[in-house]
Amino acid sequence: MAHAYTPGLRVTPHAVVRKDRKLPLQGQVVVAQGDAVRRDQVVARTDLPGDVVALNLVNRLGCAPAEVPRYMLHKEGDAVREGEPLAATQPFIKWFKTTVNSPATGVVESVSAVTGQVILRKEPRPVEVLAYVDGQVVELFEGEGVSVETRGAFIQGIFGVGGECWGPLHMAVGSPGELLTALGAECAGKIVVVGSLVTLDLIEIARKVGAIGLVGGGLRDQDLRALLGYDLGVAITGDEDIGLTVVVTEGFGEVAIAHKTFDILKACEGKETSISGATQIRAGVLRPEIIVPDPEGDQRRSEVDRREKHGMDIGDLLRVIRVPYFGRIGRVSALPAELQEVESGALVRVLEVEFESGEKAVVPRANVEMIEE
Amino acid sequence: MDKIDVVIATDCGSTTTKAILIEKKEDGYHQTFRGEAPTTVEAPFEDVTRGVLNAIQEVEELSGRQILDGEHIITPAEGQRGVDIYISTSSAGGGLQMVVSGVVKSMTGDSAQRCALGAGAIVMDVLAANDGRRPHQKIERIRQLRPDMVLLAGGTDGGTVSHVVELAEYVGAADPKPRFGSGFKLPVIYGGNTEARAEVEAVLGEKTALTLTENIRPILERENLGPARQVIHDLFLEHVMAQAPGYRKLMDWTGAPIMPTPGAVGEIMQTIARQMGINVVGVDIGGATTDVFSVFSEVFNRTVSANLGMSYSISNVLAEAGLEQILRWVPFQIEEADLRDRIKNKMIRPTTIPQLLQELQVEQAIAREALRLAFVQHRELAVGLKGVQIERTLSDVFNQNDEVDSLVQMMDLDLLVGSGGVLSHAPRRAQSAAMLIDAFQPEGVTRLAVDSIFMMPHLGVLSTVNEEAATQVFERDCLIYLGTCVAPKGSGKAGETCLKYSVDLPAGRREGSLCVGQLHLLELDADEEGEIVLMPARDWDVGGGPGQEVRTVVRGGVVGLIIDGRGRPIQIAESEEERLAQMTAWHRTMNLYGGDR
Repeated sequence: MAHAYTPGLRVTPHAVVRKDRKLPLQGQVVVAQGDAVRRDQVVARTDLPGDVVALNLVNRLGCAPAEVPRYMLHKEGDAVREGEPLAATQPFIKWFKTTVNSPATGVVESVSAVTGQVILRKEPRPVEVLAYVDGQVVELFEGEGVSVETRGAFIQGIFGVGGECWGPLHMAVGSPGELLTALGAECAGKIVVVGSLVTLDLIEIARKVGAIGLVGGGLRDQDLRALLGYDLGVAITGDEDIGLTVVVTEGFGEVAIAHKTFDILKACEGKETSISGATQIRAGVLRPEIIVPDPEGDQRRSEVDRREKHGMDIGDLLRVIRVPYFGRIGRVSALPAELQEVESGALVRVLEVEFESGEKAVVPRANVEMIEE
Repeated sequence: MDKIDVVIATDCGSTTTKAILIEKKEDGYHQTFRGEAPTTVEAPFEDVTRGVLNAIQEVEELSGRQILDGEHIITPAEGQRGVDIYISTSSAGGGLQMVVSGVVKSMTGDSAQRCALGAGAIVMDVLAANDGRRPHQKIERIRQLRPDMVLLAGGTDGGTVSHVVELAEYVGAADPKPRFGSGFKLPVIYGGNTEARAEVEAVLGEKTALTLTENIRPILERENLGPARQVIHDLFLEHVMAQAPGYRKLMDWTGAPIMPTPGAVGEIMQTIARQMGINVVGVDIGGATTDVFSVFSEVFNRTVSANLGMSYSISNVLAEAGLEQILRWVPFQIEEADLRDRIKNKMIRPTTIPQLLQELQVEQAIAREALRLAFVQHRELAVGLKGVQIERTLSDVFNQNDEVDSLVQMMDLDLLVGSGGVLSHAPRRAQSAAMLIDAFQPEGVTRLAVDSIFMMPHLGVLSTVNEEAATQVFERDCLIYLGTCVAPKGSGKAGETCLKYSVDLPAGRREGSLCVGQLHLLELDADEEGEIVLMPARDWDVGGGPGQEVRTVVRGGVVGLIIDGRGRPIQIAESEEERLAQMTAWHRTMNLYGGDR
């Protein structure tokens, strides 16, 4: 294979970011191409088919399944209201009449003469998709949604929990390795950068003071388990109802936020920021993200995603993503072609890295990720 | 087909497309060259054939044989040009995902599950009249899952109609859309009570692409899974594969139908078991899933544990097995919080590999538990059935989930085959042998092997067009034999003798006495064999019954002859100090990690 190249997470102060905002089902797009949209603006809406209520009338009416269609007061396709008679027997003596009322408002979808089952479809549920970031509609997907483009800072995290939210960015620490234990009332309604570790205590304090998002270098798995109430088995997140959104930039354990990431966040302090904790590692990788739109910024310097376009070269900046050098940043100093044995005994492709301290080390190529400059 | 002397075969996996070249030499068929390339089903390529061409090109470069003429595969072979047939398997795009249903969960529900799994599917859910869910919950569940296909079974012939139709009505109400091709109808296979066919057709005929087939459980005591499995394979090609990017083109290229990867592995395992007259268990442990296959007394079973794996699903192994079960295999002390963070870091960066020895040991400890759990699930489902027909007594029918009833009896197992990164690419083969033994705990005399480059899928499809070629390559090039494990079954106090043995090795006769808790490793190469006499202590069994002598021939491998006196189940000391001493001693005997590290 041509390259052993691990694309890194995107961390850039000037990016053109496109977000596809699509409905789960076909619906209506309510903005036009070229429109400027705000993060909290509806861009598309639809009605999800209502929930289904299945009720078997055989026992309730005391009849055979084949008799059920005859006793129905509403036919397939008819609308019914909750509490309205749905079916009734037709005895000779009215006194023995049995009536079944509809348990829900909706439409009669089917009536079975084999099972005696009646399926009611409740009223549709409206669903709206918001723009999520301040920007411009650059593409319309007929009946599905839009693509919103924005320019500004873009940071992909490594793991997150909680859904999309937005608010001003607040730096609660002065350095990327700081360990924070308290948050003040000034964090209310804000997305707060908290340093090397997002602890469970800090999350609880953040909820109390009304912060809407936390950004940190690392998170301990035992805190995550306590937060969610279960052991997260497969990394598919974003729907957790935990009262705020957490984005971790480096990994599990206590790890300082990378300097570059921290500097970008610092430069964006006070600006309106959109974040999402949604993470999916398998089948269509999705990473959590921090987007700080800056329409007034220097547009000439906007970067497009160039990650696919080059391999790994001497001098490239990288981060080691596994022990024993986990989290350390350095530059590629050699790329030996031959397989080499590492301490575990495995024969693997390696590279030599020179860390910022000048120290050199050999690491498997699979254990590094590139940092864009 | 006239002659098949040169074969090019590919397996299109989720991440990598692997191509192998098989050629007929003077002494028969051999796998000669292989190449691989990233699979190109996803954006930006969205055409599986790109990856296939790239992988074949690598084979061309290595072999010097011209196989491609532009984008065409040259057939037939003439000298160093072309091949006689191109065949392929596929698990790209998440494989074949199905929802199955039966009336009673433990009866027709289980039969439907076995049917789908055997055909190579991942079973997303089993719906049954008695599964404890309310009707609207079942409907909501079907709607959420978006399967590739639904297998609707239930009711013996002449039995319940209303329960089966009720399930059909739920499927109809959910009106599920297939994963691929939103404009297409969802394929539904009906393999239940034949007397309910007309009603099922009335409910689903319009809404879905309905196919009727024979009842998979015509009477309570007999299963008939073959016809429905064939329909699954056919629909997989027609509906699922044909919708995936580039597959229509690929289907035109192949000389035999494309098979789902696990279905092909099942084919080759059944062929081998039949030809060699042995019982086989195979396992393929990947990053996300673990497949287990077994053939006992010619009955084939396959299960897939969708969330047990070594990278994407590694965290789920921890969640399902529990920390203590993993820690018992780790040969050093480690803080719980630290281990948890390490596992999660592997999950979020799944392509990383252990650089340090301790990291490797932790991953291999997790692998033991992933394999063990996948095997437990397999044994629970592989209960008394035959692929085509089985007669059961009524009392058996009501006792289906009892482990004793499992077809997979470890004492009867002849060959245990492992594949997947953690087993095939372990730095030392002894580590693979140790992981297999600790996870599966074979009893009596069992041969161990690994499929070094996961060639079994290719050979599975090949076996459908040329069984001779497939079995020859399997025996010569596919497996790396690790050796043989001899393990008396029983339990006892550490230090007591559980087995005496004498074995005639090429280097001379070796006699030994094995104590409870001990492992012995004797050198016996892959092409060597030796006659062994095993004399277990009272209450210990090596296959002849408690205390009964067994004489047999053992065959070697790259690790050798492993004699395991640790008991079944393996007895691990409760005190931490003793456990660490035990682990160190076992690892040293097996020379797992070298030196005293």
